[in-house]
Amino acid sequence: MTATAIPTEARSMDLLRFATAGSVDDGKSTLIGRLLYDTKSLFTDQLEAVEAVSQARGDEYTNLALLTDGLRAEREQGITIDVAYRYFATPRRKFIIADTPGHTQYTRNMVTGASTADLALILVDARKGLVEQSRRHAFLCSLLRVPHLVLCVNKMDLVDWSQDVFERIADEFTAFAAKLEAPDLTVVPISALRGDNIVSRSENTPWYEGPSLLHHLEHVHIASDRNLVDVRFPVQYVIRPQSTTVTDYRGYAGQVASGVLKPGDEVMVLPSGFTSRIVAIETADGPVEEAFPPMSVTVRLTDEIDISRGDLICRPTNAPAVAQDIEAMICWMDETRPLRVGAKYAIKHTTRSARAVIRGLRYRLDVNSLHRDESATELNLNEIGRVRLRTTVPLLADEYRRNRTTGGFIVIDEMTNRTVGAGMIVETG
Amino acid sequence: MRQPAAYRVSHLDALEAESVFVIREVVAELERPVLLFSGGKDSIVMLRLAEKAFTPARIPFPVMHVDTGHNFAEVLDYRDQRVAEMGLHLVVASVPEALESGLVQESADGMRNRIQTPVLLDAVEKYRFDALFGGARRDEEKARAKERVFSFRDDFGQWDPKNQRPELWSLYNGRHHPGESIRIFPLSNWTELDVWHYIAREKLSLPSIYYAHEREVIERDGMLYAVNEFISPRGTETPFPAQVRYRTVGDASCTAAVRSDADTVEKVIEEVAATRITERGATRGDDRVSEAAMEDRKREGYF
Repeated sequence: MTATAIPTEARSMDLLRFATAGSVDDGKSTLIGRLLYDTKSLFTDQLEAVEAVSQARGDEYTNLALLTDGLRAEREQGITIDVAYRYFATPRRKFIIADTPGHTQYTRNMVTGASTADLALILVDARKGLVEQSRRHAFLCSLLRVPHLVLCVNKMDLVDWSQDVFERIADEFTAFAAKLEAPDLTVVPISALRGDNIVSRSENTPWYEGPSLLHHLEHVHIASDRNLVDVRFPVQYVIRPQSTTVTDYRGYAGQVASGVLKPGDEVMVLPSGFTSRIVAIETADGPVEEAFPPMSVTVRLTDEIDISRGDLICRPTNAPAVAQDIEAMICWMDETRPLRVGAKYAIKHTTRSARAVIRGLRYRLDVNSLHRDESATELNLNEIGRVRLRTTVPLLADEYRRNRTTGGFIVIDEMTNRTVGAGMIVETG
Repeated sequence: MRQPAAYRVSHLDALEAESVFVIREVVAELERPVLLFSGGKDSIVMLRLAEKAFTPARIPFPVMHVDTGHNFAEVLDYRDQRVAEMGLHLVVASVPEALESGLVQESADGMRNRIQTPVLLDAVEKYRFDALFGGARRDEEKARAKERVFSFRDDFGQWDPKNQRPELWSLYNGRHHPGESIRIFPLSNWTELDVWHYIAREKLSLPSIYYAHEREVIERDGMLYAVNEFISPRGTETPFPAQVRYRTVGDASCTAAVRSDADTVEKVIEEVAATRITERGATRGDDRVSEAAMEDRKREGYF
């Protein structure tokens, strides 16, 4: 079965976000171009523009990287400098691709792209096998807890469709991924240039019994990746109409981070610890019987208690930590100044803002060897380390491995207002 | 009541939930937001999402129209009607007034796309807006493919594509110093087809020119332009009647129509699903100037 028609009926489609990693040489742009082209998501004017530029530059083939490398500096230097988002759809799913550049210095982009991804797609060249970069990408995907990983062994046509070559690479990667607690892993032999095993199974790989890449992307089960157990509802905004027709209305608006909320549920509000009961869960289209991720809803409670933005609604029997001492893995993203012990930053965690002081740097992690350097005193751009910090107000936090929404935070430089780091909570105390 | 089916969330529901979250986040964290409302389909969808974000309260910010003076009458009528129905406060940033006052000068080619940027920035400064909601989507144009949902602008309103804030999870950073501002794009992850599916689902009314109708047009650079007070035939161009509709609605002097028989939302969806040319490629004379036309305008503060 091929799934190349564009849907006109949207009701049955769901959404899958995936990040791609690899360098131009691995054929990543060719693969993305192929997915867009084969799902009829590539438009003729885009293709013509790319062909014209490729020709003018003297490229031997149409350089599909030009589809996303639209910035002047990128085209001049022939590099990708930022995460590019691309879209395509089949009758089953809409896909959002976060296309991240593969150069060493761009860990920042990979972490950014992976932070929202349901799935990560890593490419290797069959002739070269795993390289340092493939391991780094796999590690970053596991650090960001991307639930599904796909390794595409590309350019299989250049190794005569060799099953041995494929299996050697697949085995080596599987062994490495096991060390990372990597989640669901699928390995697919492909030729992005020729289209083998992209939309449909290729006759060139009769020994391969798995799905084509697109079939896998369309069918991989993501619904249960959501945490439907721990009720976490960060209050985003309090709705209080100033109106003569709607009086005494107080609703707590937000997006469900995890768990399932129902009218009648007993809930606890943090950090105050007051308990109440849900009267109604409302949306602009009327009340709902249940709210679950990623729904944006408005929750109303029986009691008039003081609740504001940054508070969190959970269950009395299942609450996150209320903590000011946080241990986190931090990926540093600022090229101007390193993270230093003793420095103060602003942080944003769910809908809550706080200030934090860096109390200690336990180690800096070498993302290639996974070696821990405990003598490190700072984190520079694209470096990752385990950090202890203390916040001015308590965070309502879970471990990142259990909850990507209540476990992640960003670090902001208070002088420049730039986002300078991404944090993943390991422990609270 | 809506029944959940095994906690399924359709792609439109997921996109809507994300956009509503973004809009609420802005109102919670920024001082003076404004929504750019042109009467175009994307801004109509954005307005609907804003309505959903705050119901039963009213939308807690004004809307602004950057009026180039080159308008489609149907679109202006729609704008005024919608603003009245919803009880919104409308700010008009007028290019004709700016021409009169000398803030800007008419460009040589007569296109007002570029000169609307200073007019927009002038209004932002005058009303001290620090957050501007725009309906731009990343699928529209490649310079937009790398745009953030919260896009920082310096105190000249400029965009620096090489110096953007990383955007992780759903943690948006709207911090800025006085004079700086944030452009907000709640529809970043929507495609043209998603927008039309949503228009159908929400039964949103649109200006009539989005649907097929007969119009006197001329063909110029392979595109069909309506003959009106802004565009008249040059040289050998001969006007002829054609069945057309507009895929985008911008400045009437540089927005072209496409041949179409799609006179209902369902037919438009079918047409959009089958089309092989991007909406800007098919209809925007202003994007054809150069490979990086959009990036250059965005750097200067354009949407």
